[in-house]
Amino acid sequence: MAYSDKVVDHYNNPRNVGSLDKGQDDVGTGLVGAPECGDVMKLQIQVDDRSGVIEDAKFKTFGCGSAIASSSLATEWVKGKTVDEALEIKNTDIVKELSLPPVKIHCSVLAEDAIKAAISDWKAKHPAEASAETAG
Amino acid sequence: MAMSNRPIYMDNQATTPVDPRVLEAMLPYFGERFVNAASRNHQFGWDAEEAVDNARKQVAALINAHPKEIVFTSGATESDNLALKGVAEMYGQKGDHIITCVTEHKAIIDSAKHLEKQGVRVTFLPVERNGLIDLDDLERAITDKTILISIMTANNEVGVVQDIREIGRIARERGVLFHTDAVQAVGKIPFDVQAMNVDIASLSAHKMYGPKGVGALYVRRRNPRVLLTPIIDGGGHERGMRSGTLNVPGIVGFGRAAELSMNELEDESRRLGALRDRLLARLREKLDEIYINGDMERRIPGNLNISFAYVEGESLLMGIDDVAVSSGSACTSASLEPSYVLKALGVGEDLAHTSIRFGLGRFNTEDEVDYVADKVTGTVQRLRELSPLYEMVKEGIDLSTVNWTAD
Repeated sequence: MAYSDKVVDHYNNPRNVGSLDKGQDDVGTGLVGAPECGDVMKLQIQVDDRSGVIEDAKFKTFGCGSAIASSSLATEWVKGKTVDEALEIKNTDIVKELSLPPVKIHCSVLAEDAIKAAISDWKAKHPAEASAETAG
Repeated sequence: MAMSNRPIYMDNQATTPVDPRVLEAMLPYFGERFVNAASRNHQFGWDAEEAVDNARKQVAALINAHPKEIVFTSGATESDNLALKGVAEMYGQKGDHIITCVTEHKAIIDSAKHLEKQGVRVTFLPVERNGLIDLDDLERAITDKTILISIMTANNEVGVVQDIREIGRIARERGVLFHTDAVQAVGKIPFDVQAMNVDIASLSAHKMYGPKGVGALYVRRRNPRVLLTPIIDGGGHERGMRSGTLNVPGIVGFGRAAELSMNELEDESRRLGALRDRLLARLREKLDEIYINGDMERRIPGNLNISFAYVEGESLLMGIDDVAVSSGSACTSASLEPSYVLKALGVGEDLAHTSIRFGLGRFNTEDEVDYVADKVTGTVQRLRELSPLYEMVKEGIDLSTVNWTAD
């Protein structure tokens, strides 16, 4: 299988690899997938409590090159967005950006799930902000 | 050293390169010696027939058979099909039960499943953790309706070698025909159809530095005389068991490849065993949590199948893109299922996804082994830094207690 240049680039130079302190109040952690399925993504966001803007994002991924690229790209995309804007990121956007073949679409789905899981973890820590934003 | 611009081929259980000496032997048969070996009415035809007979002797000698017991085919998939379907049809009156095993090549498993649909009963024996069948299981599975036992000699993924001599003894004692898919073993380890009581055996040229598209089926002629119903009808070539104009250049190449393998088997297996051990030692030097799949003692010398925990196989392959090896990861297969062979060995799916098969062969060098070991080590280390699983384990989390979300 040939990988697209963008997948290869993210695989060779993954962006935002690492971990944030998941115990911290302004950090949301998403852990999705399963070792038995061959993909596990951990995506973390650090959110400014007042603006709701994602100031930092980190990931670690166990999975194929496309899974690594999808999560690497996801961290790039969420940075600087508000949590609500980040929720708008669709797996199909990732598929398009990375030119993923049909057999790799699940990698992009997992990346979208990871974003959502991280945001929902953060929201669970901030019930007030979360509802305010939904209202606004 | 030109290693950085020339990819290293280390996938010799998938196929082997054609030995230049084999190619040399074949070339005339694409040119002036083009004739049909079945043309018995002129000198050209006699020459071709002689060339085929010579190859038949060379292949027979490698497995201690009589040349007349060699039936040339298009490859081992055809040989496996002919063995199972040919026996089932020929001996259908005698019985309707076949015994094989879960780690066989798909050519056996799918042929057996095809027969099941036609009413043949098939027992798929399980394997132990080391990849070997339990001989007591085999004995217990035999009934008075059993007409064939088909157990592979060496496995293509994990390289483990079944106790063929014992299986042959059991089959002979119980009066059941014994077929073995010996594709990965012949030319790599000693294989003797007489000493092992093998009645039918599948061979392939391209796994022993011969050309693709040629294989053979050894079919015992005496004690007992084995008969097979052909699956391809036609001109009655190959003692009526396999019609079709013979692939003369391919067969000549197969013969030469068999001869070379026989002459060089001892030295080569010692050399490959040493290279394999060197590769493993070098990987173990710097990497923790690597697990060998399959028995390490009863194994063909050129095979090493390792799970690199917490690193998915396809991503590892991507990091060593100038090295050709293969992975048991689902991501590398069309089916999106991890290797059924590893599953049968009881390797968890999490570890199956991290497995790599290194297949060392005749043309691999010590320098290549060192290069591959270092490249794999570096890539595994890099990917483990990227692996949430490795991080969790290092934090002391037991992964089996995590509530994973299946996608």
